Amino acid sequence: MSVVGPGMAQEIPAAGGSVSVMTQSSAHDISQPPSTFDIISDRAFRRSTLIIAWFVVALMFWLVGSIGKQAMPAVRAYGWSFLTGSTWDANKEVFGILPAITGTMYSSVLGLFIGTMFGLAIAIFLSEGFLSSGLEAVLKAVGLDETRPWSALPDRLEDLLKVTVELLAAIPSVVYGLWGIFVVIPLVRPSADWLHGHLGWIPFFKTSLSGPGLLPASIVLAIMVLPTISAISRDALVAVPPKMREAAFGMGATRWEAILAIFVPTAATGIFGAVILGFGRALGETMALAMLAGNANVISWSLFSPANTLAALLANHFPEADAIEVGALMYAALVLLGITLVVNVVGTLILQRADASLKGLR
Amino acid sequence: MKIAMGASLSIALLLCASLGARSLDRGGVAIAADNITLQGTGATFPAPLYQKWFAEYNKLHPEVQINYQALGSGAGVKQFQQGLVNFGASDAAMTDDEMSKVKDGVVLLPMTAGSIVLSYNLPDAPAELKLSRDAYVGIFLGKIKQWDDPAIAKANPGAKLPRTPITVVTRSDGSGTTFVFTTHLSAISPEWKAGPGAGKSVNFPAGVAGKGNPGVTALIKQTPGAIGYVEYGYAKQTGMPMAVLENHNGKYVKADLESGKNALATVQLPADLRAWIPDPAGDDAYPIVTYTWLLCYKKYQDPKIAQAIKSVVQYGLTDGQKDSVDLGYIPLPPGVVTVVTKALDQIS
Repeated sequence: MSVVGPGMAQEIPAAGGSVSVMTQSSAHDISQPPSTFDIISDRAFRRSTLIIAWFVVALMFWLVGSIGKQAMPAVRAYGWSFLTGSTWDANKEVFGILPAITGTMYSSVLGLFIGTMFGLAIAIFLSEGFLSSGLEAVLKAVGLDETRPWSALPDRLEDLLKVTVELLAAIPSVVYGLWGIFVVIPLVRPSADWLHGHLGWIPFFKTSLSGPGLLPASIVLAIMVLPTISAISRDALVAVPPKMREAAFGMGATRWEAILAIFVPTAATGIFGAVILGFGRALGETMALAMLAGNANVISWSLFSPANTLAALLANHFPEADAIEVGALMYAALVLLGITLVVNVVGTLILQRADASLKGLR
Repeated sequence: MKIAMGASLSIALLLCASLGARSLDRGGVAIAADNITLQGTGATFPAPLYQKWFAEYNKLHPEVQINYQALGSGAGVKQFQQGLVNFGASDAAMTDDEMSKVKDGVVLLPMTAGSIVLSYNLPDAPAELKLSRDAYVGIFLGKIKQWDDPAIAKANPGAKLPRTPITVVTRSDGSGTTFVFTTHLSAISPEWKAGPGAGKSVNFPAGVAGKGNPGVTALIKQTPGAIGYVEYGYAKQTGMPMAVLENHNGKYVKADLESGKNALATVQLPADLRAWIPDPAGDDAYPIVTYTWLLCYKKYQDPKIAQAIKSVVQYGLTDGQKDSVDLGYIPLPPGVVTVVTKALDQIS
């Protein structure tokens, strides 16, 4: 993709941009000015795209506005205590979302930590040609490195891996949830029990794993953010200017020195942006967490303790909520929206800066 | 150019489609020729039975289509109040306050009944684990934390109970099942009444929570030492062990068709057909049993719809009752069927 990219970008405006260029292509009406129909449809097209673009922006404001309006009764009734309370009891009309906020942050950060380790490793593996160099050596030994279908194998395999990782993003959340319950929980149980039994004095292992909990939720979350992190990090690594690569190797750096001391730091802002975008996805993830986190209003450092998240809270309580609980849920939605918005804006800003800082080097 | 035209065309089409869909939604009824579509929303608890009835009824009367969406009792009551549906369904019936908001009047029709059981996952446990009232209230209050607790051991003499921690599994979403279960707990334990109380979703003091009956079932199956409440039919179909519970008279009763019937027999339905059985008396009565209601308007604008609803309910009360046993529900006692059939006359 990166090879074709710049060339395509130059062609598109030339082909479709102005009417005059288009008419030149056909020979017989070479001197004809654009007809009224051309002008009108051109204008109509421009207008309609403009309207649709603004429509999306308006939709966003409308959404925030209507949520805010419905949240108002709860905001007035509960104020800040809503953010610091830890009980959610619709019967007694006591609502607090502190456990949900901490649970959301804890599971997201933990999931992101695991996801970043693997995501970055995948990005390096796929961008630095490890697969091709390994396979080429094998092909050379067999003597197939010049024959047509075999010589393309390393590139094809790399594409296949890339697509496979990106396909993880296409798996529905509920499938991840089920997989988590039936595969991840039994898988982590032995080691969780061991850690709790032998190292129970460490706050992270204080409670025993009762099935659903922060650890299984975070592991599944890590897999869900993996495609985002690996794809954007890979793009950032590929975008490291060739000059820098050549310079690094020219100075006599080994491959690992070059990757860890030059390429990764150069792409660091892009990678960081990927992590932040992954964070945004993790915060809003609903179904898998509703199935795996345990939905218990508990605040604990323990990795094995059940927890709650904002998105799961909303999904669980909406269908049966009435009057003031709806307001409280809208308030919680507003808080979640606020957190996600801040995280995404920060991520976008970092990505923009990453692009700008690399421009000078190209 | 072509793109522009294509885009505007598809937008126009989209708009038409959404407008069309909207106008269908509003009335809740689409009348094409003599076909009638009834829309209903409500409880998940009786949903499998209702779906079966409606499908069977449709086979007998192809002109009547019934869409039932199992969104939960709360949603059923809400949409019924707003007039978005032709009928609702709820495990918690409706309160007087809720009924006063419906201007066309409400007829509550008990259609079937069911038990709620405590399922558990305890390797090498006795086949029929007995739980006293103190034991299961204590477990759900989070006071009894291990399976070898004396309160559990006392009712199971000779049984080898492991020293496994108890994981309480509850419903994370609001539900009629939770309402019935917590109403029962409130009836038998003052401490529960003063603490979490009764409701469609309460603040459970202990444990983890799963979404829906399937979520709770999955969590119990995956967690050694877990105990949770699910519908009898659900537990039966998934083959989960069910605890034998101590009832009002101090007898230990297994959840099955007979014990459920015995529980229903202990109450007389009042005129508004609204009766909860939070703690049935009787030696052989299973303690956690409930009716579940269909919510209908007293007045329907369209006589055809009124007629169709009456006919569907009639089917459920007669032929439909035979399906209930297979699916794990308790058929209505004959006396109740007569009363409910009479109540149908209120619909016009």
